[in-house]
Amino acid sequence: MRFVSFFVDGKSLAVPEVLKPPDVSAVPVSFHKLQVLDTPDFSEVSPFSAELQASLSGKLLLFEELPYSIDVIHEHYLNGCLAYEKGIEEAGGSFVCKRCGNDKPRLFSSFSCFRCKEKECVYCRKCLVMGRVSQCTPLVRWCGAELEWKLDEVALTWTGELSAAQRKASDGLVSRVGGKGELLIWAVCGAGKTEVLFYGLERALKTGQRVCLATPRTDVVLELLPRLRKVFPGITLAGLYGGSEEKLDGAQLVVSTTHQLFRYRDAFDLVVVDEVDAFPYSYDSSLEHAVHQAKKKDALIVYLSATPGRKMKKRAVAGGLPHVKIPLRFHGFPLPVPRFVWCGNWKKRLKKGRLPGNVMNWVEHQLEVKRQGFLFVPSVVALHQIVALLQAVFPGIEGVHAEDPERKEKVMKFRKGEISILVTTTILERGVTVPFTDVAVFGAEEDIFTESALVQIAGRAGRSKDDPAGEVVFFHYGKTSAMVDAKRHIEGMNREAGL
Amino acid sequence: MNYCLYCDEGFYETVSWSFVLGIAGEMHFCEGCSSSLERIEGEICEICGRSFSLFPEQYRQENRCNDCIHWEEDVNWRGVLVKNRSLYVYNDFLKELISRLKYRGDAELVMGFRQEFRKIYQHEFKGFVVVPVPLSQERHYERGFNQTQLLAELLGVEVEHALERVLHEKKQSKKSRQERLEMKETIFELANNSKLVYGKSVVLVDDVYTTGATLRQASRVLKEGGALQVSSMTLGR
Ligand SMILES: [Zn+2]
Ligand SMILES: [Zn+2]
Ligand SMILES: [Zn+2]
Ligand SMILES: [Zn+2]
Repeated sequence: MRFVSFFVDGKSLAVPEVLKPPDVSAVPVSFHKLQVLDTPDFSEVSPFSAELQASLSGKLLLFEELPYSIDVIHEHYLNGCLAYEKGIEEAGGSFVCKRCGNDKPRLFSSFSCFRCKEKECVYCRKCLVMGRVSQCTPLVRWCGAELEWKLDEVALTWTGELSAAQRKASDGLVSRVGGKGELLIWAVCGAGKTEVLFYGLERALKTGQRVCLATPRTDVVLELLPRLRKVFPGITLAGLYGGSEEKLDGAQLVVSTTHQLFRYRDAFDLVVVDEVDAFPYSYDSSLEHAVHQAKKKDALIVYLSATPGRKMKKRAVAGGLPHVKIPLRFHGFPLPVPRFVWCGNWKKRLKKGRLPGNVMNWVEHQLEVKRQGFLFVPSVVALHQIVALLQAVFPGIEGVHAEDPERKEKVMKFRKGEISILVTTTILERGVTVPFTDVAVFGAEEDIFTESALVQIAGRAGRSKDDPAGEVVFFHYGKTSAMVDAKRHIEGMNREAGL
Repeated sequence: MNYCLYCDEGFYETVSWSFVLGIAGEMHFCEGCSSSLERIEGEICEICGRSFSLFPEQYRQENRCNDCIHWEEDVNWRGVLVKNRSLYVYNDFLKELISRLKYRGDAELVMGFRQEFRKIYQHEFKGFVVVPVPLSQERHYERGFNQTQLLAELLGVEVEHALERVLHEKKQSKKSRQERLEMKETIFELANNSKLVYGKSVVLVDDVYTTGATLRQASRVLKEGGALQVSSMTLGR
């Protein structure tokens, strides 16, 4: 869009073209062509909209994301309650998106713009899902009075017990709340990490901090929301994920997918990043960028992981990253250690329409002893072949992959025990927990099965205290270091737990 | 290494691929996305250009589909639109893609269709005056651009804005087919430079042909402005 700018009291004010005072002769220009961009001084006395304050505090939004008319927005700008920022910054012919941090030339493009009348209005292609940021679209942030919460209503009503290992981690977190920096909570799969957060969250919320729990996956947001609502009944809580309806603005505790964090800026005193090693967080540095932008400068970032990546592990071991470990599962039993089984050239066999004999035996055995099983496979192509071959022989076998339209239903059926063996790609390496389940990996030597993926996969077994000794088998055609490292990782955790 | 215009997956343009498709140096979509685009080929309805292979035999008579037969039986609409030609089947993938283009405002996406869109123009409508279906002012401002104009500009010939949209279009998609067919009110009128179409063959450009009602509305207005004959081309059908 276009703005006119002119000086008032030594400040260069930006006024949307449509609100241009008739006596001003300045020519409207595209937002990014404004030479100087000032924000009027904040005046304590002028009234402001509390709703606008709630929707905008700690965020960086497009005009169209605010349910207010341009007049209201402009009025708040004049009162010094909100400021405009460039969405696309240009330096030396290259561009940076100020919302998502994208600086890859191929992810910028331009169009002849009807709003600003520029022949080439450059826009960011990377964060389009959140509404297009182009050169002529300002990003708006709140710079008026700060949000306040009803702190006397904050209380933790949880009555559960922490295990000794959980307690230690919890204390470690509580002692750091209020400080800045980083903390890694390195907890085995099944350690009960959410409970470990409760006392730390309580402390932060009671002292008026704004807190964010960020996770790469929508299902985790959905799972956490009711649990948190139950244990923190007095607080304002919002859950954000792609397509979420609920957007309680100005909530003190925000549970969000990492993607949604792009809308926040300098907002949180405490950010907990769940599954910090998980796709897509680890693969997409822009999400890391999102976390760093969303937090306040002096915030505390807490990373949760069962399998921290190489870099993070190195920093932790070298002492550069404060961390607490929970090597023990909540039920106190050791993690199942994977067994390696050579299964020959399975690719060749699949081509001939056959499966390795020992894999067939594994499936048959599971069915015989009536134990459910996950069979992890390296690709969707392999998945289809394997499922077809198994279904021809055994009943109750299904396959599932990321694009599968029946994904949710199949996982549900597996949980209910209606599917005996679920053949799956790595999409189910995390999160899905079903008691009395064994796990096998098919083609464990494939690159997709990294150390962390294999540890997570192994972590699907033996989750319940009634069945702590689930079995884990890696069928392979040549041992890889990832497999060896995964085994070592699990044994190390068990040793550390004194088991 | 190329990066897919739609999913940003990196891919290599293999010689064989570009040879087969005859589009060396112009692979914009990765193999996965390319294969989700269903090119309209084989037998098509001679009027609306939809592929006969996609619907049961009883919905066609000779070279026309039943919808087009209805249009041509109606004296008000007979011959108003000579023919429509489209590149791809309007499947879920193309729907997604077009909605990202229009509603998310990803203008760059049209670049993936330049070569093929040009081919249709050269083959079917060479020398025709190109007129994009216009948006209302409000919509145009909201989106920042008009996707049909971007598509028209791919053709490499002069684009004439001979039409204007008068009424703010109500949510087209919310109306039933019947309502759309009966739409009596004028939604287009001739723009100032409409004399450019006088006595000419015109091809309208739109993103998708769904019922054909919008294109026929536009076409009728052009014919009232003196156009000799009007056809249309779209990305999806
Ligand atoms: Zn961006
Ligand atoms: Zn613009
Ligand atoms: Zn692609
Ligand atoms: Zn037809």
